[in-house]
Amino acid sequence: MPDSASLKKSPNLDKWISVASDGRVLIHTGKVDIGQRISTALALIAAEELDVDLSRIDIARTETGVDPDEGITSGSNSMEEAGNAVRAASATARRHLLSLAADSLGVDVSTLEISDGLIQSRGTNLSVTYQELAGDQLFGIDVDPEAPVKDPASYGVVGKPTITRGLTEIVAGQAHFVQDMKMPGMLHARIVRPPHYKARLKSLDDAAAKRVTDDGCELVRDGSFIAVASADEFAAVKAAERLFESSDWDLGDGLEPQDVYERLVSNERVSLPVVDGVPQKEAVEPLASPPEGASATLNARYEKPYLMHGSIGPSAAVALAEGDKLTVWSHSQGVYVLRASLSEALGMEVEDLTVIHVPGSGCYGHNGADDAAVDAALIALALPGKPVLLKWSREDEHAWEPYASCMAMDLTASIDGDGKVIAWSQDTYSDTYGMRPRPEPGGAGPARLLAMQYREDAVTPLVPKPNMSRHAGLHRNLDPIYSFENKRLVKNLVRGLPLRTSALRTLGAFANVFAIESFVDELAEEAGIDPVAFRMSHLEDQRAKEVLQAVADKIGWGDPVPEGHGRGIAFAQYKNIQAYAAVAVELEVNDKAEVIMHRVALAGDAGQIVDQAGVIAQYEGGFLQAASWTLYEEVTFDQTGITSRDWETYPILRFDNIPEIETVMIDRPNERFLGAGEAVSGPTAGAIANAIHMATGLRVRRLPFTPDAIRAAAME
Amino acid sequence: MAKISLKVNGKTHEVDCDPETPLIYVLRNQLDLVGAKLGCGLEQCGACAVMVDGDHVLSCVRAASEFAGSEITTVEGLAKDGRPSALQQAFIDEGAAQCGYCTAGLVVAATALLEKNPKPDDAEIREALHEHLCRCGSHLRVLKAIDRVVKGGSINA
Repeated sequence: MPDSASLKKSPNLDKWISVASDGRVLIHTGKVDIGQRISTALALIAAEELDVDLSRIDIARTETGVDPDEGITSGSNSMEEAGNAVRAASATARRHLLSLAADSLGVDVSTLEISDGLIQSRGTNLSVTYQELAGDQLFGIDVDPEAPVKDPASYGVVGKPTITRGLTEIVAGQAHFVQDMKMPGMLHARIVRPPHYKARLKSLDDAAAKRVTDDGCELVRDGSFIAVASADEFAAVKAAERLFESSDWDLGDGLEPQDVYERLVSNERVSLPVVDGVPQKEAVEPLASPPEGASATLNARYEKPYLMHGSIGPSAAVALAEGDKLTVWSHSQGVYVLRASLSEALGMEVEDLTVIHVPGSGCYGHNGADDAAVDAALIALALPGKPVLLKWSREDEHAWEPYASCMAMDLTASIDGDGKVIAWSQDTYSDTYGMRPRPEPGGAGPARLLAMQYREDAVTPLVPKPNMSRHAGLHRNLDPIYSFENKRLVKNLVRGLPLRTSALRTLGAFANVFAIESFVDELAEEAGIDPVAFRMSHLEDQRAKEVLQAVADKIGWGDPVPEGHGRGIAFAQYKNIQAYAAVAVELEVNDKAEVIMHRVALAGDAGQIVDQAGVIAQYEGGFLQAASWTLYEEVTFDQTGITSRDWETYPILRFDNIPEIETVMIDRPNERFLGAGEAVSGPTAGAIANAIHMATGLRVRRLPFTPDAIRAAAME
Repeated sequence: MAKISLKVNGKTHEVDCDPETPLIYVLRNQLDLVGAKLGCGLEQCGACAVMVDGDHVLSCVRAASEFAGSEITTVEGLAKDGRPSALQQAFIDEGAAQCGYCTAGLVVAATALLEKNPKPDDAEIREALHEHLCRCGSHLRVLKAIDRVVKGGSINA
């Protein structure tokens, strides 16, 4: 198996698997289920390698100090990290149990067969179960990354249809989310937020504050961090509203109204050349003149606004302070990093902190989850002994979550007479995608946490360094997958932009691929070459070509397009090493300038498929979410603060624009996992832009493609 | 505080609450029915949907006291003899959820539709779900789950 950071950190088999005396098998992992069905996939892998029925496999919820530390559940890495670790752990456990069985039964291990945790010696009536051998006991050995795993040809459950874990409970309305937690004596809490980032509390109205406490609510105040808590949830909601209305805020200058697209390319920035996906600490070469042999040179700027995660359930957390200890239940994607961050921020020992993952609403990256956990922790510390369930309001989530940055992509390329790209340049401009909680040298980590900027002892927001990792941050998928010659790629981390930003699904890849895939179509048109053929002629990887061909076949690329419709195609490989995705969209632009999607084909290769429906759901869901970003979404603000404060001021995709979607996944049973969650997003925007071009002749280069944007493009 | 009598999933409950309290808080916190989710508190997302006398109603704004004397059905009340309804089963079979936060609201909305109109056409289904937001992109699976039931007959079978 590939080198495993997860196993290096947690080599002991007992960290990963335990067998209970009733025969149930508990799998421990540091990767959390955020709706991407990782727990379903891990259970399938464990059931397969252990030869235990799927119904007897449980997946533990991740708890610091107990479960393996696998960093953050992000980057489409969970199958590669946890999937491989659980596979190796299961294979190690199986081999170990067989060896115990051989000793216990006094037979040779080669005579043994396993069926649903029952080990039998062939040709005898000798048998023993896993629980008899290891029930409630420790294995006491390390995971062997080289323990023999099954041949995919013999799989019984991996890759076969299965039911999503947890779905039966979800459709029945059972408690599932952190928002559903209930504990004896629990208080419900809400935050009284400032009007905007820069506002600070001048004073609370004494009478209003007294009314809050007279009503039986607790009032927690630390500088401009204000919270109310009550046994009655609605009382807390009302108290927070009343306090906000009667509080007096120093608004400063407010948020500076500005054209962010102008600022993206004019503000101070850190500019770094990118080679093979990796930023270099070198000077950026200026854009060269078109090379000899260029028959045409095009340039274009593409733009993307701030986007929000837009979780349907606002972030929440439960916290309980008892003595020196603090326990936090959170839907964070990284309980260990959150614990380390809380330790730094609260001045508490790591050993005194426990963070337990409980599912929340889908997050798609760094939404309000971690900040809500910090808020809950601060309230719980002020109200020791009482469990506190803190929920953000809809407005909190809309206006205070860290957004995906606005971005601008400047592209210039030259083609020769044969339609070959002989020079390619892209400058990408963006704020950071890297503001997840984590400790920092010199104790600077707390500056990553929202509440810490509003306490009496306030920290100033962190100015992040450029992420220098391969295909990370804003330069993710900046390097095109195509065999273009003379590439000049530049990462520009822009300072002084107005809104709080961090990781949203795909990071920079969504906008980079949107720009690349739009521009490739512009070049193909210039060259007079079919867009699929143009891409094929610049692809070398056979798997990439097969995915592109599969989507072209599925949509019927060569077939006539219905009257008034447009068809567009786009392709990418996530980080140029993970899952492949091709998207084809057939749409129309109606007489109200609305983009109506009719038919969609998706094709992908995510390596070996463990949970077929789960992979398809990631592609389909990824498409629909990215289509929503592409057609509808833009975070807006003015001097008074964020003006996208609810679902009316930040519209997203609805049921009236859901196309028929057909997904073709190419299974590669003998290849490594590539991670399916983020592959399709970038190509989605490219395919929609290209289809709009075919339908209308308009080339739209600034997201989102609202009726206003389409009309504006028509006026140019 | 006021005493309110609420009939939920066939059972009558006497609850004490501020008469302005939106129904969802009473359901979730006093009756332990957490199926309806708080998504916006603004009647904008549909996560809190319940049925009131067979109608699809959002529970996050309107006061519980408005519903005294009505038959309230939450997602917890849709199972028959402890088994999921045909529509709930169709959601499971189609994998019509990812994170699942919006799911209960969608199940309720679709149930309310199908009880009134067992054979809705595609436009009627989409219209009935128009107030409901899903962020994971499970829309198509939800439509397929409903379609299964429309084609397969009774939603309670």
